[in-house]
Amino acid sequence: MKTLLILLITLPCLLCTSCKTLDAITEAGTAVGVATGAITTEQADSINRSAGAVGKVFESITPEQEYYIGRTVAATILSQYKPMDNSALTEYLNTIGQYLALCSDRPETFGGYHFLVMDSEEINAFAAPGGLILVSRGMLKCCRDEHALAAVLAHEVAHVGLNHGLQAISKSRLTAAATILGAETAKNLGGKELADLTKTFEDSISDITGKLVNSGYARQLELQADKTAVATLRRAGYNPTGLTDMLAEMEKNLKPGGLDFAKTHPDPKVRIAELRKLLASETQVAAQPEVLRKRFQKAISGL
Amino acid sequence: MSVKRLLPLGAFLCLTAVVALAAAKTMSVQVRKAEIRDTPNFLGRVVSSLAYGDKVTVDGQDGPWTKVSAGNAAGWVHNSALTTRNIVLQSGTAAEATASSGEMALAGKGFNADVEKQFKDNHKDIDFKWVDRMEKIVIAPNRIKAFADEGSLTSTQGGAR
Repeated sequence: MKTLLILLITLPCLLCTSCKTLDAITEAGTAVGVATGAITTEQADSINRSAGAVGKVFESITPEQEYYIGRTVAATILSQYKPMDNSALTEYLNTIGQYLALCSDRPETFGGYHFLVMDSEEINAFAAPGGLILVSRGMLKCCRDEHALAAVLAHEVAHVGLNHGLQAISKSRLTAAATILGAETAKNLGGKELADLTKTFEDSISDITGKLVNSGYARQLELQADKTAVATLRRAGYNPTGLTDMLAEMEKNLKPGGLDFAKTHPDPKVRIAELRKLLASETQVAAQPEVLRKRFQKAISGL
Repeated sequence: MSVKRLLPLGAFLCLTAVVALAAAKTMSVQVRKAEIRDTPNFLGRVVSSLAYGDKVTVDGQDGPWTKVSAGNAAGWVHNSALTTRNIVLQSGTAAEATASSGEMALAGKGFNADVEKQFKDNHKDIDFKWVDRMEKIVIAPNRIKAFADEGSLTSTQGGAR
């Protein structure tokens, strides 16, 4: 009797598994159809959509692809901003940043989290998909202590974990990529397909860098990153009021009409007001261990 | 015991085996390198390393950590390093390729090293030197722990737990 019961329970599960297999077969069929010219790409898309194979757009990007996108986004930004070649500062920044990444909801990415200072007076920070994070000298100057610096890094780590960069990619790029890849059976693409895919890649990079450098994320994404940063800071043992402290300092330093955070981020006042709701119970950083103060001063000396 | 009576027993055993196999959940490693640790935190001793696409059997869960076994190794891997998608390492059929947006992902397919190389050829002005340098900066977990301890930073929960 028990056996029968197990069978009755497992049979639908086995059937479910085969439904998934069915999805793959439907897609394969449509791809073959496109490749042989039997159906148009639009028809194939429609069939695939109705088969339930198309998930949320950016979710179709694997962590491996996210890694390649992030590398090129970071390299593109670094072609506009010269990096600071200061190994002591870089190591200090990476120790805090990688510690925060471990305390975040997404500690592991394909290539890991890495941090670098841009030699610019602008107040700016960029998080490339996958975890390559760039912070300007001007931004570091808004940080009065390690808690504030940790807050800046935790905010950028949050953008990575929440896939904000990938969400900036226009849906049409991914449809284009899927079409090129769908018609191609081998791992190594032919010259034409590779050229087409690279074009789609370039467009995706532009979507992201355009968002990071020019238009900025929607206000709600910034506030979401602030909120996530507060949770990460608490887990790491940093005082999350470091974030409001840094924003207050930033507000003093931002120049109206500037091409940096003044353009791409919500007014620090708005962010502080939202954060105050979260930080009601926490008080400003008072006395802090001497070692914390000293290592911060040492690292940022010479900025 | 007659053969006639053994047959249903054999069929039953086969079915149980199928059921048992279906129940064992497997996941794939979705990062370039993941570590299996002896305790569910980043300071746990590394028992074994896993590569992108490696399959693990799920044995349990503790918050954001998954208890896994792979080959002779068993221990804990952080959830963010694992996916329920089946990552297929070899290039294969159209079925594998087109299913990449669903249940399967073909490693190396899509935006990959070849695309990056082509991009570099098209944009000689964009230098990847610093990106390559950045990627080499990895602070070991025990050094991070010493840094946090030195600053009296007490990690309470989450990934670093």
